[in-house]
Amino acid sequence: MNKIKSKREKRFNLMLTVVMAIIMLIVVYPVWYSLINSLNSAQSIAKNGYAMLLPGEFSLESWGNVVKNPKIFKAFGITLSRTVIVTFLQTVITAMFAYGFSRNHLTGKKFYTVLGFVSMYLNGGVIAYFILFNAMHIYNTYWVYILPALFGGFYNVIIFNTNFKSIPDSLFESAKIDGAGEYTIFFKIVIPLSKPVISALGIFTAVATWNDYTQTLYYTKSSEIQTLSYYMLSITKASASAAQLGETMSAGAASVLTTVSNSAANYKTIELACMVLSALPLIIMYPFAQKFFEKGVMVGSVKG
Amino acid sequence: MKKDKRKKGFRLGYDVHTQMQLHSLMLPGTLLMLTFSIVPLFGLILAFKNYSVIEGIKGVFTSPWYGFQNFKVIFGNFDFARMLVNTLGINLIGNVVNIFMAILFALLINEIANKKFKSFVQTVTYMPHFISWVVFGGIVITMLSADGGIFNMLLLKLGIIKDPVVFMAQPQYFWAIAILSNLVKELGWSTILYTAAISGVDQELYEAADLDGASRVQKMLHVTLPCIKGTIVIMVIFAVAGIMNNNFDQLYVLQNSFNLERSEVIDTYIYKVGLQQLQFGMAAAVNIFKSVLAIILLTTANLVSNKLTDSGLF
Repeated sequence: MNKIKSKREKRFNLMLTVVMAIIMLIVVYPVWYSLINSLNSAQSIAKNGYAMLLPGEFSLESWGNVVKNPKIFKAFGITLSRTVIVTFLQTVITAMFAYGFSRNHLTGKKFYTVLGFVSMYLNGGVIAYFILFNAMHIYNTYWVYILPALFGGFYNVIIFNTNFKSIPDSLFESAKIDGAGEYTIFFKIVIPLSKPVISALGIFTAVATWNDYTQTLYYTKSSEIQTLSYYMLSITKASASAAQLGETMSAGAASVLTTVSNSAANYKTIELACMVLSALPLIIMYPFAQKFFEKGVMVGSVKG
Repeated sequence: MKKDKRKKGFRLGYDVHTQMQLHSLMLPGTLLMLTFSIVPLFGLILAFKNYSVIEGIKGVFTSPWYGFQNFKVIFGNFDFARMLVNTLGINLIGNVVNIFMAILFALLINEIANKKFKSFVQTVTYMPHFISWVVFGGIVITMLSADGGIFNMLLLKLGIIKDPVVFMAQPQYFWAIAILSNLVKELGWSTILYTAAISGVDQELYEAADLDGASRVQKMLHVTLPCIKGTIVIMVIFAVAGIMNNNFDQLYVLQNSFNLERSEVIDTYIYKVGLQQLQFGMAAAVNIFKSVLAIILLTTANLVSNKLTDSGLF
């Protein structure tokens, strides 16, 4: 009896491992696919189609083009500075608000609660923002990336609030007796004790800001302040429509694999290199940040 | 401050000085919320106005009333029904597939005995969640390309198709592309709450099931699943409430003029009508329609789940 069971267990474990391996392969493969093809030569793609496992003909040409392109360089700079500024200020301002909100002796808490929930559940929509940003003269300027993003939203306040409330009261009391004001308590006691939740929410903000393209799409028109994500979007859209036009016209005609022109393939490898470049900081940062993710999500779910 | 303490009836923290400090800490956040969340709400009245862009922010209030004219124009538009079907279809099927697969995957992850392998699987499958849709969508388009994309090459080699299929330009594939690409990107990340719920299940229940001779699959179905019912219900309610909100980031990247028939959803329509054609009144009307429907759906879903399972969001 025991032997049969352990045999079954073994088979189950083996199957589980295989299933997990397949899922991991499917999930990781798209990233691998873009990486190897950004390192593939345009000629090889034009001749044999996109590489599946390893670059057909290793080439750094597209990467060279990407690194030398001043537009991409500029977009990278704007995205980076925007991400750093927004992440830092948003985390501080939101945590400050949440600290005040978490104190039991705060007067006028009702006002803040109503304000918070209204701002969380109701939304004026893109049109209202368009008119507002125009009236504030931040439409089509760098400020449109910064100002509206300075507050992290009431949801993050709730997460911080839950966390701040779990700090033992005796710490606050002893600090008060020593004559510390609320500012001192917040910056010297609460912030150092809340590093995990601050890191988790900070990482989420950084990733969302880095990846965002809608703010550029909606509220800017100048190419001077394009972000990397938006630049990627515009070249993806351009190459997709060009390719589709060609494809629909030649669909069904002869062999596909020879229909890719050299220049189209060249354009495509540059696009892929650009994609990898834009995802690279996240992939590099990922293993270090990963341990905070679960914590961050969990803190949020406590609210439920 | 020390003097204050000796005062009769003093309550710690209610003095003016402390309150000033607290409110000043909250001031930046409050001002930002008022400016960027509350003020834009006035924009909703544009749905009932005949507004033109040149009137600026004053025009929001001074422009002539228009009654329900904006709504009439939208509901009269024959594209509207198609958009609604796309919005609901992609979300409904997508959510069912996503929630089902996430629960299944979470159950399987829980069965992995080796802790290191388990956290490795989690780390790897969470990763695509952090890649932007611009990048991921771009990769999907490349992989589906008729000019040597991997899907066409494999299908051709296997002899399933004779001529390459232009997946992105044929509307009938769009829903599947949107739903499956989202599944691959978000599968790992969506297990996170279920995994947490599973780890909170009382271990004694499993021991009791062992004594009764339950197999691993039986334990999954009859112990784990009922124990995480609450989490599942909450996730379903959230999914229903968000059913009018498509993932703009994803769909806008994958959308092109050839597949518009199946890829135009309410959110992309608001963007086009509002910010490209500058018909603000109509865009605001669609936005109101969307919000009202979302509120109705949320309360209904909550009511139904309260009736059926005795657990809901509120």
